[in-house]
Amino acid sequence: MPEAKSGNSSNGVQIDLISGARMDGLTSMEKIRLILDGVRDGNIVVLEEGLAPEEESKLIEVTMTEISPDEFNGIEIETYPQTGGGNKGLLGRIMGNKSTKKLTVIGPANQIETLHKDENLISALVSRK
Amino acid sequence: MGLFTELRDSISRAVDRMFSDAEPKRIGIYGPPNAGKTTLANRIARDWTGDAVGPESHIPHETRRARRKENVEIERNGKSVSIDIVDTPGVTTKVDYKEFLEHDMEKDDAVRRSREATEGVAEAMHWLREDVDGVIYVLDSTEDPFTQVNTMLIGIIESQDLPVLIFANKTDLDDSNVKRIANAFPQHETVPLSALEGNNMDEVYEKIAEYFG
Repeated sequence: MPEAKSGNSSNGVQIDLISGARMDGLTSMEKIRLILDGVRDGNIVVLEEGLAPEEESKLIEVTMTEISPDEFNGIEIETYPQTGGGNKGLLGRIMGNKSTKKLTVIGPANQIETLHKDENLISALVSRK
Repeated sequence: MGLFTELRDSISRAVDRMFSDAEPKRIGIYGPPNAGKTTLANRIARDWTGDAVGPESHIPHETRRARRKENVEIERNGKSVSIDIVDTPGVTTKVDYKEFLEHDMEKDDAVRRSREATEGVAEAMHWLREDVDGVIYVLDSTEDPFTQVNTMLIGIIESQDLPVLIFANKTDLDDSNVKRIANAFPQHETVPLSALEGNNMDEVYEKIAEYFG
């Protein structure tokens, strides 16, 4: 996202708010790269519509391969918990159940700490490096 | 396209399951670090085969490779089910070697352990997408179940259409709260147990036979 860069985060924390429309045009690996490149630069990435479960699984897998002592400890990721009855079976998907869309906040594990989370509110403390 | 791909994959998985009754089902034991996954895997393996699966420890990430115990025959109510138990490393989104230093570990050992742990988690995620037929999701019932890792993992398991049982472990501890887990994941059956003490294992085996048989 070159157009989004404006100075570095030495004086603050950069937050990238990425719209669902922007993510829609990307492949799974492009989404994961976009997220991890931002997070590894020390940015907080906020996704309007989150990731599909399979993409979340791949995000964990790729994050693990990139963890490096004293350099990158991984990510903190927060979404609202699914409310009861979140079992999206085949029928639900055929009927167009798109409840995977959920605001998602991702940041470097050493810079973001979740203070509180419930079904309606995520409260996080973000610090500089 | 996504819908048809999902539909095709779901039908393919259902057909695979229908016609693979003779093969042992690979049941992955998943959950966050220190939930008691290896203690449970060892309990099941010892009860039915006499052997253990791997070493247990209170230090997180003791299990850093998925370990498989094959052909565990479980008999319940006159019915016999054959499963391969896959004990997986605890899933997390972060690993900091400094956490291991608090367990009296030298830096080199801690760095090596953290590197192995990250490889193990990546491997566990891969197993979940490709190589398991059902999941036992183990939670420490003294801990808050509303964590991001639990929410994501359950979502990933559901998206794979895998049968899943939630085991609320460590019921022998005073702070255990099984209801909190049942309330967190009401769409799934929650079974209380203490893998360490062997409490409620009859129900555990009944449910395994019912869900994965």
